[in-house]
Amino acid sequence: MQAIIRRSPAIRAWILLAPAVAWLFIFFLAPLVIVLIYSFLERGTYGGVVWQPTLENYRRVFDALYFNTFTRSVYIAVATTVICLILGFPMAYFIATRPQKIRNSLLLALMIPFWTNFLIRTYAWLTLLRTNTGLINVTLLSLGIIDEPLPLFGNDFAIILGLVYGWLPDMVLPVYAALERLDRSLLEAAQDLYAGRWQVFRRVIWPLSLPGVVAGSMLVFIPSLGAFVTPAILGGGKSLMIGNIISNQFLAAHDWPFGSALSMLMMVFMLVATLIYFRAVNREGGAGL
Amino acid sequence: MTAVTKPTTTILPESRASRQERIKTQLATLGLTGYGILAYLFLYLPIIILVIFSFNDSRSTAQWAGFSTAWYVEMMQDNQIIISLWNSLFVAIVSTAISTVLGTLAAMAMERYRFRGRLVMDAILYLPIIIPDIAMAIMLLLFFNISGIGFNTWRIELAGLRLSVPYSVIIGHVAFNISFVAVVVRARLAHMDRTLEEAASDLYANAWHTFWRVTLPMLMPGIIGGALLAFTLSLDDFVITFFTAGPGFNTLPVRVFGMIKKGVTPKINAVSSLMLAGSLALVLISIFLRRGDDRGGIEIV
Repeated sequence: MQAIIRRSPAIRAWILLAPAVAWLFIFFLAPLVIVLIYSFLERGTYGGVVWQPTLENYRRVFDALYFNTFTRSVYIAVATTVICLILGFPMAYFIATRPQKIRNSLLLALMIPFWTNFLIRTYAWLTLLRTNTGLINVTLLSLGIIDEPLPLFGNDFAIILGLVYGWLPDMVLPVYAALERLDRSLLEAAQDLYAGRWQVFRRVIWPLSLPGVVAGSMLVFIPSLGAFVTPAILGGGKSLMIGNIISNQFLAAHDWPFGSALSMLMMVFMLVATLIYFRAVNREGGAGL
Repeated sequence: MTAVTKPTTTILPESRASRQERIKTQLATLGLTGYGILAYLFLYLPIIILVIFSFNDSRSTAQWAGFSTAWYVEMMQDNQIIISLWNSLFVAIVSTAISTVLGTLAAMAMERYRFRGRLVMDAILYLPIIIPDIAMAIMLLLFFNISGIGFNTWRIELAGLRLSVPYSVIIGHVAFNISFVAVVVRARLAHMDRTLEEAASDLYANAWHTFWRVTLPMLMPGIIGGALLAFTLSLDDFVITFFTAGPGFNTLPVRVFGMIKKGVTPKINAVSSLMLAGSLALVLISIFLRRGDDRGGIEIV
C-alpha cells in the first residue's frame, strides 16, 4: 500500500486535495446543486417545497416587478463598472508613474480600504448622504448654499456612489499591475515616431493595459450586480436590487424555489456577460493581448 | 539687488511649437497629480469623517458638538457588542485554522502535481472566489435548512463570556476561505526555488523530512499571508454570516448592520472605528511579515 502511494504522484495529489475537495463538494457544490433543483420545484404552502417540477419560477422572473429590478440592477452594475474604470484608470496611471518609493506608499494606501470592512465603508456614506441628517445636506443647508436638502439618499445615485466607493480599489489594482509591466521604451518609441499624446494612449497604453482592465471590470461588475449591503443601507428601503429580492424570498416571503431561480438566473447572467465581455475585448485588443 | 545672472552657456531659442508642447506636458503632469490627490481624498475622507464623529459630544453624526469619548464608553458597556466581538474573533480563528490547512494542502497538490481532473479542480477552487457572496449565502442557507446540520451550536466560555457559535457559520467561512488561502499559497509555490528541495533529497532526506525541513519553512510566508487574508475576510464578512447564522447569533458586522437598521448614532461610528483599527493592524502585520519578500500585495488580488 505504502509503495503504491509513494510511486504514484496522482494518488499523492489526491490525498493532499481530499480534505479541501470534500469540504467544497459538501458545503459548496452540493448547495449549488440544491439551489438548481429547487429552482425547478413548486413552492409549498408554508415555506418548503412540493416535489413537482415546474418552470413557473423562471417565468415569474419576467413579471414586470421582478424584471424591472433585474434590468435596474444590470444598469447599476454597468454604470458602477464604467465609472470605476473612468475614475480608476487615471488613478492607476498616476500610481504607476510615481517614483518607486512613493509608489509603494500609494499602493499601501490603496490596500487599506481594500482590507477594511465593506459594511463600514458603506455606513460612512450613510452618515454623509442622509437626506435631513447627513453631513453634506446639513452643511450645505447651514451655509445657505441650498434651501432644500439635495436628494442624495435612497436612490440609484446613492447606490452607485456606494458601490463605486466600495469597489474602486478592485479596479485600480489590476489596471496598475498591467500598467506597471508596460515597457517604457514602447512609449518612447511611439513618441519618437511623432505619435501625439492621444495616439500613444490609444495605440500603445490602452491595448497593453487591457488585461488589467478586463480583470478589474470583472472584479467590479460581479459583486455590483450581486450587491446586497449597499442597496440595503443606501437604497433607503425602496431602491432595491436583485440581491435584496433574493434575500426577501428566503428571509421574508419563504418562497425558496423562486429565490433559487432568481439566484440561478443572476449567476448565469454574470457568466454570459463575462464571456461576451472577454470576446469583445479580445477583438478590440487584437495584437495587444 | 535684482541683478539677474545670465547663464554662461547659450541655450538655443526654443521653438514656439516645442515650447507649447513643453507647457502641455507640464499641465498634463500637474493635472494627473491633482487628480491623484483628489482620488485618494475620495477614498479616505468618508472614513476620516466617520472616525471624527465617533468622538462627537452629541447624538448627531453631522454636526460637531465638541470632543467626547462617551460613545466608546457606551460601546464597552454594551454586552451585546462585546459578545459579538468575541463571536467574530472565535469564528475567524477557527475558520482560519481549518481553511489554512486545507487550502495549503490543496495548493501543494495543484502546483506540484499533474493529474487527471486537475483543470476541473482548478475551476472548483476558483468558484467560491468569483461567485457573489449573496448567491453563496443563500446556497448555504438552503443547504443547512434542508440537511438539518449546522444550526447546532458550539458552546464555549471565552473571557468570562458564554458563547454559542453555530457550526454553520464556521463551515460557511471555511468554504469561501479555502480558495483564498489556496490562491495565495500557490502564488508562493510557483515562485519558489526548487533546487533546495532537490538538494535535500539528493542528500538522502526522505520525502517527509524534505517537506518539514525545507518545503514548509520556505512556504511559510505564503501560508501566513493566506492565513492573514482568511482571517481578515472572516472578520469582515457580513453577508454569509447574516444568512447562515440563524436567529440570535451576531458577529460584529452583523451586529453593526442591525444597529444601522435601528438608527444612526455615533456609537456605530465608535464600533466602526474599532473595526477600522483592527483592519489597519492586520494590514500592518501583513506588511511587516512580507518585508524582504519582493512580491507586492498585488498578488493577493
